[in-house]
Amino acid sequence: MTEIFGIPTQAFMGQLLIGLINGSFYALLSLGLAVIFGLLNIINFTHGAQYMMGAFVAWFLLNKAGVGYWWALLIAPIVVGVFGVIIERTMLKQLYKLDHLYGLLLTFGLALIIQGVFRNEYGSSGLPYSIPSQLTGGQNLGFMFLPKYRGWVIIFSLIVCLSTWFVIEKTKLGSYLRAATENPELVRAFGINVPRMITLTYGFGVGLAALAGVMAAPIYSVNPLMGADLIIVVFAVVVIGGMGSIMGSIVTGFGLGIIEGLTKVFYPEASNTVIFIIMAIVLMFRPAGLFGTLR
Amino acid sequence: MLRKLGIAAGVAMAMASAHAQISDGVIKIGVLNDQSSLYADISGQGGAVAARMAIEDFGAAKKGMKVEVITADHQNKPEVGSSIARQWYDRDGVDVIVDVPTSSVALAINQVTREKNKAFLVSGAATSDLTGKACSPNTIHWTYDTWMLAHGTGSAIVDTGKKSWFFLTADYAFGHALERDTEEVVVKAGGKVLGKVRHPLNAQDFSSFLLQAQSSKAQVIGLANAGGDTINSIKQAAEFGIVKGGQNLAGLLVFISDVHALGLPTAQGLIFTETFYWDRDDASRAFAKRFAPQYKGNMPTMVQAGIYSSVLHYLKAVEALKSDDGPKVIAKMKEMPTEDPLFGKGRIRQDGRKIHDAYLVEVKKPSESKGPWDYYKILATIPADKAFRPEKEGGCPLVK
Repeated sequence: MTEIFGIPTQAFMGQLLIGLINGSFYALLSLGLAVIFGLLNIINFTHGAQYMMGAFVAWFLLNKAGVGYWWALLIAPIVVGVFGVIIERTMLKQLYKLDHLYGLLLTFGLALIIQGVFRNEYGSSGLPYSIPSQLTGGQNLGFMFLPKYRGWVIIFSLIVCLSTWFVIEKTKLGSYLRAATENPELVRAFGINVPRMITLTYGFGVGLAALAGVMAAPIYSVNPLMGADLIIVVFAVVVIGGMGSIMGSIVTGFGLGIIEGLTKVFYPEASNTVIFIIMAIVLMFRPAGLFGTLR
Repeated sequence: MLRKLGIAAGVAMAMASAHAQISDGVIKIGVLNDQSSLYADISGQGGAVAARMAIEDFGAAKKGMKVEVITADHQNKPEVGSSIARQWYDRDGVDVIVDVPTSSVALAINQVTREKNKAFLVSGAATSDLTGKACSPNTIHWTYDTWMLAHGTGSAIVDTGKKSWFFLTADYAFGHALERDTEEVVVKAGGKVLGKVRHPLNAQDFSSFLLQAQSSKAQVIGLANAGGDTINSIKQAAEFGIVKGGQNLAGLLVFISDVHALGLPTAQGLIFTETFYWDRDDASRAFAKRFAPQYKGNMPTMVQAGIYSSVLHYLKAVEALKSDDGPKVIAKMKEMPTEDPLFGKGRIRQDGRKIHDAYLVEVKKPSESKGPWDYYKILATIPADKAFRPEKEGGCPLVK
């Protein structure tokens, strides 16, 4: 059997694919963060809690209202997005003129409160949420057994990521958004309601987090703390990709998922530090991140 | 005359000191555990509930003994745990620390307690080193340990003829101890370990590790982890079709809270060892019925039951001794036979190991369960003298 770095090719391919799946979550989450930072200049530390809320909304829908996974994919991001809009309107709005640090502190505090409330109510073991019946089972790819659901995660998150990138970078709406961050006064002079656009952007970014939460619910347990550790990694992904860079966050999300996956094979003990090591190295040589530009 | 006065003064002083044997007039119990992360549902706030129930059942108020419970979150970090313990012993007048899941933290508290000459009753932590090379005259290990789990669950599985194993191990003191003790059982029974992989504590995604386990072609994948890590490994193993592919999962440490979180469709058929099940007999059911309303409707885990049982016995020893001096109470506890509604009759050995029966349980199928928390079938009872490591084999210096 052929080997790559002492590991059978088949196992190696399997690990690459697994990395890609985990990378999908990193990409979805870091994309939301990048959009919010790029357009609002807010470092949204509530992102992990909003991801968790997405999973919980899916759970509520299923257990309290009998609404299944597919509708949850649509409803949860809207519900959590609206929650985000309320936060933006009532709290974040006051902070745009201040240093990044204030936004970071506010959102971090909010995250702790939200997680605390959920943990108090639902404990820390999590709640069961099963894979939708259409996606149970899996496919033997020869080199690995790929659960259908994980395959779906890769495809769906790629579609979401690329369409977001397309909307922001290639459409008229996106150009308004980008212009509004560069020079809000001027854009407003053209008769565009900039504050509303910013609010909706925040709601959209938060909705992306909730969407990732719904997708994570069947794989990981629906757990009040599911976003708490993830968010740190995702921030590292954003920093490596370059704060505010849309494509950067997508590419780095998937890329780092793969690197982390391979670390789990070669030196599992380091698997939760490898991303930070990469972050340190990248910051040394490219302080603005791989895809970012210094402003 | 002067001499008589001197004797009287001496007697008075002796009496005064006898009276002051309970330090500050209060017996202060510190419940130290994970209250916010992956092990919080194993004991957490429910641990404090159990301790308070023990105080109530002991009848401390009627006996005129003042007993207080304080709690803290050690966040599964040994340094956080040690600094809380130091503060509790030095400043807050805590006499005994109970529970402490997370073996690395428990080993640190074991050290601090010995240094400060107080008392430590372990319920949540698993490592068998607490009654082995790290044993201490200040510590009693109450509920279960890695040796017991390895021999209870490991032997039961090896006996069915499944002899090639792969370990998925939490990368810290507990996981290493559980893996070591189970490997010993497997090898002794003529089995072999094809591989192992160590994952960081509180990992979310196990797919990569499971894939390695899958490609090892081992008959049994031993999960040497706990709490949230076990829940996620079992859930994701189901997703990757590991059991359907003919490999067996051995949850080496599974709590009822984990089964509750997994749900029966995923958890059914798992076989593991517990020392307490709430629905085992009338006494355990009566306890559970009182416990649940105080803890959001959750039934007690074996760790919470162990906290109840250990605090009850501690208070009996303090009463008998009329003192809360750490090592003296521990010595008294070892001297007195134990008895309570949850673990029945038992005793504490010189190495600090509390012994009682253990139960090999199997998780019911959804069709067999009558409702929430009706989860286990008891397959076998492992008698107390077989359930735990023989005293002489642990290497504890206290055993002569």
